[in-house]
Amino acid sequence: MEGGVVYENDLNLKATELRLGLPGTERNEEQPVSCTRNNKRPLPETRDQDGGTKAKYDAPHADPDTPHAPKAQIVGWPPIRSYRKNSLQQPKQTEAESAGMYVKVSMDGAPYLRKIDLKVYKGYPELLKALENMFKFTIGEYSEREGYKGSEYAPTYEDKDGDWMLVGDVPWDMFMSSCKRMRVMKGSEARGLGCGA
Amino acid sequence: MLRMARSLPEEVLEHVFSFIHSDKDRNAISMVCKSWYEIERWCRRRIFVGNCYAVNPSMVIRRFPEVRSVELKGKPHFADFNLVPDGWGGYVYPWIAAMANAYPWLEEISLKRMVVTDETLELIAKSFKNFKVLVLSSCEGFSTDGLAAIAANCRNLRQLDLRESEVDDPSGHWLSHFPDSFTSLVSLNISCLGSEVNFSALEHLVGRCPNLRTLRLNRAVPLDRLANILRRAPQLVELGAGTYSAELRPDVFSSIAGAFSGCKELKSLSGFWDVVPGYLPAIYPICSSLTSLNLSYATIQSPDLVKLVSQCQSLQRLWVLDYIEDIGLEALAAFCKDLQELRVFPSEPFALEPNVSLTEQGLVSVSEGCLKLHSVLYFCRQMTNDALVTIARNCPKMTRFRLCIIEPRTPDYITLQPLDDGFGAIVEHCKDLRRLSLSGLLTDRVFEYIGTHAKKLEMLSVAFAGDSDLGLHHVLYGCENLRKLEIRDCPFGDKALLANAAKLETMRSLWMSSCSVSFGACKLLGQKMPRLNIEVIDERGPPDSRPESCPVEKLYIYRTLAGPRFDMPGFVWTMDEDSALRFS
Repeated sequence: MEGGVVYENDLNLKATELRLGLPGTERNEEQPVSCTRNNKRPLPETRDQDGGTKAKYDAPHADPDTPHAPKAQIVGWPPIRSYRKNSLQQPKQTEAESAGMYVKVSMDGAPYLRKIDLKVYKGYPELLKALENMFKFTIGEYSEREGYKGSEYAPTYEDKDGDWMLVGDVPWDMFMSSCKRMRVMKGSEARGLGCGA
Repeated sequence: MLRMARSLPEEVLEHVFSFIHSDKDRNAISMVCKSWYEIERWCRRRIFVGNCYAVNPSMVIRRFPEVRSVELKGKPHFADFNLVPDGWGGYVYPWIAAMANAYPWLEEISLKRMVVTDETLELIAKSFKNFKVLVLSSCEGFSTDGLAAIAANCRNLRQLDLRESEVDDPSGHWLSHFPDSFTSLVSLNISCLGSEVNFSALEHLVGRCPNLRTLRLNRAVPLDRLANILRRAPQLVELGAGTYSAELRPDVFSSIAGAFSGCKELKSLSGFWDVVPGYLPAIYPICSSLTSLNLSYATIQSPDLVKLVSQCQSLQRLWVLDYIEDIGLEALAAFCKDLQELRVFPSEPFALEPNVSLTEQGLVSVSEGCLKLHSVLYFCRQMTNDALVTIARNCPKMTRFRLCIIEPRTPDYITLQPLDDGFGAIVEHCKDLRRLSLSGLLTDRVFEYIGTHAKKLEMLSVAFAGDSDLGLHHVLYGCENLRKLEIRDCPFGDKALLANAAKLETMRSLWMSSCSVSFGACKLLGQKMPRLNIEVIDERGPPDSRPESCPVEKLYIYRTLAGPRFDMPGFVWTMDEDSALRFS
């Protein structure tokens, strides 16, 4: 076939002739070896001997003898959008479910934030001690009425609703599951919180 | 006739034209005479550009100076299935920048498959004082920072719809950027967002917008929040629930059931991730008025689905996973006589063996029971020609028929024949068919049927089908109304394409990937057809580093008035008149 000729009104007869030969067997142009694309398609004879229900896709790894051999997955097939594919899987593991429960901790006045793993601590006393060590400050004594008395610092956390809460009011487990990040407040802001404002 | 046209004052004509909304009609009006063209172009308010590269913004602005609503589409449809490499294009910023100057009164922007940046969103937020509607469908490239800018600045926003877009680094606090004085929201769709939004901000927003009709929440909204939200918006017409799962507790149940019962206007439900079936009865009271139900994320098994759909007598649209099985579709056929659209998605698309009992029989049942059915998307693992013939005969009014048999090249499982005759029956009986997607084992014959009968067909999707160029030729030659043709992994080459080159100018676009179109043919087309952009997409490197007869990986051809585009990435080449010189 003369390549590169535009057929405006006439179709080349070859294009319209019915062929009895097997498809793909009569190629006038040589496919050079350097074209790496796999252009094979299964011929009718390659279907399963038992008249199986599926025609085999001629994927490089397909092995007709072991039906459980993993198929080479075809890109973009079946045609399902990615967000749909993703939502069929389990929801992303939340931080609480994966190993370690890291939350950011910021300290007023500190140049950068830190991260701590809440799962490591058994309760508030351990957590507060760790914060004291990490940021080199002293937290006062906790009381329900007055918050953290005797220090100009107050440890706070952001809960799932986006509200900033004083650390220590709720049971430890409830704190662990609702704490998204922490902030050690300093100065008048902290005192305001401590006075139950 | 001409005298009469001249004697009608402009204002009268403009008033008459204001009742004409369809683009087709408006285009026809503008061709009547020069003065009608002028009048019409000044009063056209809505623009739809189906391919953002078919025309450039300045052309649109020059002709239509007073536009209020713009709809643009970017990437080809197969981008949905990861066939278009990242970076291909579809950037909307140049459009927004041009419109920011030209259309200060722009109210609506709808984008599909385009790359939208935070910078773009910020520009929108700043530039259009009366901005009302933003729809981002399957878009990407932006983050919640951009959304925050929209929330903070668009005082009259009515609709924010992010359907199926990919939003980067989601943080829930952008919602709080809607000022307390903002109350105009009518429609909010954030179902695609990955992370939590600030729940109290959400509840407050919902509570202060009395005109809110559509609210589609994302997966991160837990069930125990839903009741509060619903109670603040009993006027909702469309609801997308979040995760529909919680520990079964009577107080939570009655709270949710009560909240649903309070929503007397609800017609459409969606969402419902991770369903705990025990909570489904909470929606039974509103089922009978539902017209649209999207359970395509809901892991509900067929017994519960049967209980649900059998109460939805008004249902017109159902999207569902194949958990519904044949038995559920039989119930659908029995109870939902108004059904118009059915989509059945695969729950385990990559499993080697079927995990559910959903076969061709399910679709046949629906075609028998639901006489108004005209739109189908059906994923299954087996099909027969007989079933397709039955469906075709039962549904002569079918307009959209997309069948995906999951394993490529699957024949009729009873006769082991290709499915040519089945699809042939579809195109022969369904004379109004506008959209068709093929699958299964198919020879050139099915394309002969399509070319002969599918005269109203506008969009055709083909994969792993056909034997030779004759197949492609039948379609290009016979389908008079064809606008979009997308083909992958078919043995179609140069001949049919070159023989039907002129046809390509009558279509919006042609996509061919993993076919046999040679680089030489692409160059030739580029030389002969200056009003087409012939884009060769090939990640193996420049096409001239391989012989001319070597097939290109991907080919995207579209008609355009704007010439070759300038924002192509390194793996896209446009063939034009100079390509012969450039590549030699």
